[in-house]
Amino acid sequence: MINTEIAIVGGGPAGLAAAIEAASAGAQVTVIDENSRPGGQLFKQIHKFFGSKAHLAGVRGFEIGNRMLRQIQDLRVNVCLDSVVYALADGNTLAVVKQGQTVEVRAEKMIVATGASENVINFPGWTLPGVIGAGAAQTMINVHRVLPGKRVLMIGSGNVGLIVSYQLMQAGADVVALVEALPKINGYGVHAAKIRRAGVPILVSHTVREVQGKENVAGAVVVRLDERFRHVPGSEQFFAVDTVCMAVGLSPLSELCRLLGCQFTYLPEMGGFVPLHDANMETSVPGLYVAGDLTGVEEASTAMEEGRLAGVSAAVALGYLDSAQAEVRKEEIRIRLENLRSGPFGEGRNTAKQVIIQRYQGICSQAGKEA
Amino acid sequence: MRVEDHAILGKMPEPQWVEFEFDGQTLQAIEGEPIAAALLAHGINIFRKTPKTGQPRGIFCAIGRCNDCVMTVNGVPNVRTCVEPVKAGMKVQSQIGNGQFPELAHPGEEAAKQDNQGGCRG
Repeated sequence: MINTEIAIVGGGPAGLAAAIEAASAGAQVTVIDENSRPGGQLFKQIHKFFGSKAHLAGVRGFEIGNRMLRQIQDLRVNVCLDSVVYALADGNTLAVVKQGQTVEVRAEKMIVATGASENVINFPGWTLPGVIGAGAAQTMINVHRVLPGKRVLMIGSGNVGLIVSYQLMQAGADVVALVEALPKINGYGVHAAKIRRAGVPILVSHTVREVQGKENVAGAVVVRLDERFRHVPGSEQFFAVDTVCMAVGLSPLSELCRLLGCQFTYLPEMGGFVPLHDANMETSVPGLYVAGDLTGVEEASTAMEEGRLAGVSAAVALGYLDSAQAEVRKEEIRIRLENLRSGPFGEGRNTAKQVIIQRYQGICSQAGKEA
Repeated sequence: MRVEDHAILGKMPEPQWVEFEFDGQTLQAIEGEPIAAALLAHGINIFRKTPKTGQPRGIFCAIGRCNDCVMTVNGVPNVRTCVEPVKAGMKVQSQIGNGQFPELAHPGEEAAKQDNQGGCRG
């Protein structure tokens, strides 16, 4: 049995930020992560982050990761690696398989920051070896330093599709084209411009009709889409590639929150089902907080701010910060979050996050009426 | 193919090379890298065949979520090779179908044998 004041499930950007805030306030923190190293997907982000100086704009993702790991070490946060949470043993005890052994982790407060996983789209040949997630390609080139293929077709022109295409080129692969079903490029102009400057076409209103190959990918047939997303006959183009990457969105990894009894809402613009939470990131289960992509797919920078908010909130609930001090801290974080969620790309996310909080308040007042 | 020199990440640190076995072939790998990364570095991306129709599969997510990359490692089937580190002398096999535990091909029989020997249930 491990006893801790705050258990954090998931050691990615959100979980680590939560741990740093809570431990800085004086709380005893245990981070549980199923991987053999902490950092989540931060170490494959080799591009410079956006935002302001407070968001570490201009610093590359993996450098932010290294800074956070140093802080975690300095604050003596207990990090359990190769550790999978598989059940709730009772109200405040998690059942964990830690390095092959079952252990229980009893915590007064819990923060779940399990992140998100990549979506897929289906077409003939989508299961062939060589059809991979864009995130998989990014992990292979930037973390393991291995090229998954030499000639790549990218599906999706959101930020993941744009950034990973550029990073594949940096690693020495030949990206032949990006296809985008929507009639416009879906990510930031600054990322798209790098792709176009490199001479790689971004084919909007196009999709993959099929991937060909016997044992692995030999090529892809790309087809134009009309305004109702139907294939335009006669518009087929063949690309000889050995790899097809999918960057078609992510879905929150919400299984654990389901298991823990959180109430959910459905917001397609945030990736699907997300747990309801209040302005302090606390869910419908008292003492259980959430942060990061699990609460709606955004970016590492927003995940870190949400993690900080959850970390401060959990520390306050344990009596570690006086409430006036904590309110100042939380307000600073909320302002930074709002800044990250502004502009044409951020406003939709800002609105969706407000909806989550409103629906949370809705179930609270409903419960109040029933009681 | 390995990304030896990189504009942002610089040169690859001097690796600790180890040998492992893939379907009877001896291959080199960097100690501790995932099995899947070592295989991809050798241009191998077919890891298994599906149980019903024998279709080829390889990696998809590379972060231990999708289970597409499972292989038989040191006789144990269904190991996620994208997160399992390579160790010297490891035996990695393409997995055909669901795979089999060689020692426990019939776990039911094994349990019955234990019972007959007057095991824990007396």
